[in-house]
Amino acid sequence: MADLPDAATCYQLLARMALIRRFEEEAGRQYQRAKAGGFLHLAIGEEATIVGTTSVMREEDFLIGTYRTHGHAIARGTEPKRVMAELFGKVDGTSGGRGGSMHIFDAEKRFMGGYGIVGGNLPIAAGLALGSQYKGEDAVTVCMFGDGASNTGNFGETMNLAALWKLPIFFLVENNLYGMGTSVERHSAQTDLSKKAEGYGIAGTRIDGMDVVAVREGVAEGLRLAREEQRPTLLEAFTYRYRGHSAADPEVYREREEVEEWQGKDPIETFARRCVEAGVLGEREVQQVRDEAEETVKAAVEFAEASPEPPLETMYEALYARTEADGWYAVDERSPEPHRGEREDEIPAAARELAEAGAAYAGQEEDDPRRPNPALQGDVQEGVEERIEAPDRGKAEPPAAEETALNAQEDEA
Amino acid sequence: MAQLRMREALRDAMAEEMRADESVFVMGEDVAVFQGAFKVTEGLLDEFGERRVRDTPISENTIVGIGVGAAMNGLRPIVELMTVNFSLLALDQIVNHAAAIPYMFNGQARVPMVIRMPGGGGHQLGPTHSHSFEALFLQVPGLLVACPSTPADGKALLKAAIRDPNPVVFIEHESLYGTRGEVPDGDGEPLRFGEAAVRREGGDVTIVGVLKMAQVAERGAEQLASQHGVEVEVIDPRTLRPLDLDTILASVRKTNRAVIVEEGWPHGGVGANLATLITEQAFDYLDAPVQRVTGADVHMPYSKRLEQAAIPHEEHVVSAALATLQGAR
Repeated sequence: MADLPDAATCYQLLARMALIRRFEEEAGRQYQRAKAGGFLHLAIGEEATIVGTTSVMREEDFLIGTYRTHGHAIARGTEPKRVMAELFGKVDGTSGGRGGSMHIFDAEKRFMGGYGIVGGNLPIAAGLALGSQYKGEDAVTVCMFGDGASNTGNFGETMNLAALWKLPIFFLVENNLYGMGTSVERHSAQTDLSKKAEGYGIAGTRIDGMDVVAVREGVAEGLRLAREEQRPTLLEAFTYRYRGHSAADPEVYREREEVEEWQGKDPIETFARRCVEAGVLGEREVQQVRDEAEETVKAAVEFAEASPEPPLETMYEALYARTEADGWYAVDERSPEPHRGEREDEIPAAARELAEAGAAYAGQEEDDPRRPNPALQGDVQEGVEERIEAPDRGKAEPPAAEETALNAQEDEA
Repeated sequence: MAQLRMREALRDAMAEEMRADESVFVMGEDVAVFQGAFKVTEGLLDEFGERRVRDTPISENTIVGIGVGAAMNGLRPIVELMTVNFSLLALDQIVNHAAAIPYMFNGQARVPMVIRMPGGGGHQLGPTHSHSFEALFLQVPGLLVACPSTPADGKALLKAAIRDPNPVVFIEHESLYGTRGEVPDGDGEPLRFGEAAVRREGGDVTIVGVLKMAQVAERGAEQLASQHGVEVEVIDPRTLRPLDLDTILASVRKTNRAVIVEEGWPHGGVGANLATLITEQAFDYLDAPVQRVTGADVHMPYSKRLEQAAIPHEEHVVSAALATLQGAR
């Protein structure tokens, strides 16, 4: 087992992991209160992989991830309240309420997103790395993705190009054993994912993604190889998400015993215990970490609640960077008089009224507890259509008994 | 003024911008050593070297995605896709990423890149190498779409595309690469996006021709004038996003008749879109239904006879224009 770092670092690692855990628990709770919408993918259980990685990155390095990246942004230094505001779809969110849970982004912290398309971030990561190489800068791009993404064409294409062009990039596959609800054994012929890029000239190793110290060591070496030797490598971190794939996951694909077994390896509990036993941290400090996380997350919810809804006239903002070109960029057809969307501030009264009428449908969720929402149980397939057809969630069927039990359990977590 | 071929004008645009701005680079399949499948990048490797003129593997989605990432990190990539058809392999990066990123991240990241792609029929390349996807890309908010029909416009629009802070889908026509035209000498000025060209003035019918069809429309207009005494106003929009709708509407308000000519498929095409906009905004000025001339609603057949029959020619333009004048003369 790798040695513990110094006390201050241990405290930091524990604090970040505890903050992410508490944030994610609260995000789940706010989702059930229908304050957060869409799909919600929580990283509870995966904190060591996230924090171990970011803790050895330099400020100038880029991090790019998946649709499960609230924690990644927070670990990079994004204020939790801004991530929470994004989940709430508010103006103070990281993307001003345009991205939501799957599309967190913070350019200032070099957290380059949050992407909803599995594997879509891999080529972009290579592009970020090419940018650094081209400009002669030292930055390394850390590209994190899930086990499911290792089956996409982008995986092979990007690995090949990264090796071919000797890009300053480091790949980390967060193997949480399931691509949504399909286990690695059922979705990948090669179950040792660290070997999957070998044919492209990218060496891989496996580590315990539940051990924050092991992650730090593995990532630090990968960063060094990328930075100093222009050698992209692939690290496979074994981790586990304690919650479902999304908040709408009945988890029929795995046994309760398996979840419990992994809960025994809880990255935060394990690390806290080790720090206390080694005398690096005291019980008082461990408690302090939890209290601080509690306070920060409480403040984040208050901030998100208080943040305003995006004004309707900002609908078309940021779609284009405007130049002096003066044609019609966007055509707004939401009213009988079509008008230029990018000139939304000039819309006629009738169009404004119709926009308001459309926006008023957003209010219907307010008094309707979201969970459990049968319309979302089908996740991608049925869920989307049903939600569009049935904006009024008050008509949702009553929950089945076991779902209620599961939800109650989650609430206590 | 020099007489240049379209491919030379496009190459000059890239070379000039690369000389002026270190962050501009070119990548794509066979763009360097092979000098481009259609020789548009000829000479660039010699002048700028392998760092800035990069051959890539056949990995369209990843090539475009690397462009997206490089653009987000401050570079101005020009990505060449060997043909429009291959852009379908990169549609995820073009639509879900390049076009969406500025909006979904609320302007924190910009994607200043150009995705060049040649398309169109006429070379017996059959169903998978002859597409016209102007309408497909026009539909996507966040993208700009350019479709130049002359060497001068090709050069000036490509320079503007390279300097633009938005992702630009730059559609070239394979049949136009060899056509010659007057191009201003020296480092030309970029052409503003969203400014249509009125190729010919006339008071009887407005004909909008897209990409190569702008030239077909002009030839049709000559026939209409010489054989039918009809004076046509020919408009080449040059960019579809942003669109110079004002120039088109002003012309329709003058002529009261409109024909739109494109090489792509009819359903949901550029013409369908323009016809709707004209009907919505100039209905009271129209004396006849807006006519469309499009490519046939099939996958491009290989047979030279069938292929030519599937592509619009000046006869189609003449017939459509006369249809808008039925009963009026």
